[in-house]
Amino acid sequence: MKIVVCIKQVPETTEVKINPQTNTLMREGVASITNPFDEFALEEALLTKEKHGGEVHVLSMGPPQAIEVLKNALALGADKVYLLSDAAFAGADTLATAYTLAKTIEKIGGVDLVICGKQAIDGDTAQVGPGIATRLGIPQLTYVAKVREIDPAKKKIVVERMLENGREVVESSLPAVITVVKDINEPRLPSLLGIKKAAKATIPTWTAKEIGVDENRVGLKGSPTWVWKIFSPEARGGGEVLKGELTEVVPLLVNKLMDLKLIK
Amino acid sequence: MIDGKTCTGCEACISACPFNALSMKDQVAVVDEKCTFCGACVDVCPVSAITLEKDEKVGGVDTSAYKNVWVFIERERGKVANVSFELLGQGRNLADDLGCELCGMLLTDKDGSDGYIQEAISYGAQKVYVSESPLLKEYRTDPFASGAINLIRKYKPEIVLFGATTQGRDFAGTVATTLEAGLTADCTGLDIDPESKLLRQTRPAFGGNIMATILDYPQYRPQMATVRPKVFAMPARDGSRKGETIKEPLPMTEDQVRTRVLELLKGAEGVNLVDAEVIVSGGRGLGSGDNFKVLRELANALRAAIGASRAAVDAGWIPYEHQVGQTGRTVRPKIYIACGISGSIQHQAGMKTSDIIVAINKDPEAPIFKIATYGIVGDLFAVVPMLTEEFKKRLAR
Repeated sequence: MKIVVCIKQVPETTEVKINPQTNTLMREGVASITNPFDEFALEEALLTKEKHGGEVHVLSMGPPQAIEVLKNALALGADKVYLLSDAAFAGADTLATAYTLAKTIEKIGGVDLVICGKQAIDGDTAQVGPGIATRLGIPQLTYVAKVREIDPAKKKIVVERMLENGREVVESSLPAVITVVKDINEPRLPSLLGIKKAAKATIPTWTAKEIGVDENRVGLKGSPTWVWKIFSPEARGGGEVLKGELTEVVPLLVNKLMDLKLIK
Repeated sequence: MIDGKTCTGCEACISACPFNALSMKDQVAVVDEKCTFCGACVDVCPVSAITLEKDEKVGGVDTSAYKNVWVFIERERGKVANVSFELLGQGRNLADDLGCELCGMLLTDKDGSDGYIQEAISYGAQKVYVSESPLLKEYRTDPFASGAINLIRKYKPEIVLFGATTQGRDFAGTVATTLEAGLTADCTGLDIDPESKLLRQTRPAFGGNIMATILDYPQYRPQMATVRPKVFAMPARDGSRKGETIKEPLPMTEDQVRTRVLELLKGAEGVNLVDAEVIVSGGRGLGSGDNFKVLRELANALRAAIGASRAAVDAGWIPYEHQVGQTGRTVRPKIYIACGISGSIQHQAGMKTSDIIVAINKDPEAPIFKIATYGIVGDLFAVVPMLTEEFKKRLAR
């Protein structure tokens, strides 16, 4: 099994705020982490390799500092990692990002399974996984909570997808793209040996030219959408803490909630 | 582009950049790949040394051929999903602003098709474009994407809206990628820019800490968006409305469908958190999985769904399906009752747009009280059973 995992370096989003004076993002001192859903994606790739053999390739598109998440992937057991970094990739929306990742996966060649996190916690779009599948012309299985079975010989995968109201068991041909949710596994921690190995590794960087992309389809040029403006959400003011004996405040709360006529 | 000769090195752009994409090199500003082309630097540059090259695009279509606002009519267990009606409501406003028609897009098998069409019309669709095929009986990415792509290519809508459900978010990406159209995920606001007549798509990013308004470049169509359930109000239903139905065959055969649904597993406790009007949610303060029964009694009285914080799920007290928050589900009920949940930012990312938030927690300093509409500081094991009894009395249950 040749498996590709796409990971993204994201800011610890809980810390990102807008400076009310300048209306700009305040990111000073905000830590960068591997997108949490991508940790499950990588773990699933490593588990699949342990079961069926093969190799795990990990890609990340981003600025040079994104090598940190790739080093972490190496420490966890990835066989090969690649940083996709080029000024031409700047301003990419999900369409251009999926194109760039798909072209890289084609270049790697012979891939049986692509695993992505359900979505990244900064953009929260969940659009890149389906975009990669479409570009590669292979099926997609999104919101995967469990991989039930992979049959590399028959080129078949069976997964459970998490829906609003239960789960759906779906079979697909391979190669395929799956996007995974948190329930799928518990990511391992890197070993000391792995960390040492990763620290010494040089991370290959692929530019637009090396991947062989059409430069009109990456970055800003390849993006149909752009961010027109950003602003702070309306602040949700702290409300009313009901004070007093429970025998008083509980009926008071019930009164307030019943008055809203929302409970049927 | 920054003109190094004009740049005076004043650094005004550096502090204006929302994305830290600018820095100084040899006393002139340089830009790196973090740039999103938002234009904040252009506005502040006192010597106009910065320009955006936005019009250098090769993609795009003849936009004059595209008109009308379409809403994907999602089916859910034999009914039209509420989010589709909500989108028809807001779609009406957009169509009025554009002076065009509001249309539904339905992908279904023959069974019940007429009923879905009539429902879409009753909620405001003037036309319904339909692909009918046995392949569309249950949701699968391939036939749904194929049907939508075929209809959109043929009839060229200006705007296509989908509910941000697992269905909508699954195949809208396929459709947009195939059409090379823009797609904005998980919108919570939609309106028409009065000058350009483009769709302004507003959505939360960075876990809801920031709102962003996204535009499509003018040469791309259709403008596509997925929209969160419960953001827009249900429009009034008028069963006497009449509309036109346009049917197109599905250009796909069963052997071209690459996935097969083997089985449907019923949801944990059969609840749909995303649709729930009231959610009773528990966290670390519950102390054990068994103790969720205290919440279940309240939930039963209120006909509410059960939610949970990440702490409760990670402790194994309740399945992941119930998790609300950044790595779980995003919910928007009318009333969210948080019991024994401290209210981390990650949890808030999944629930802070609920209409009413009630917090019950022992710790008066818990962050949940900062966003709660009503709070009670106290032991949930004392408060929740009293609430249950009081509601049962009032609701005569």
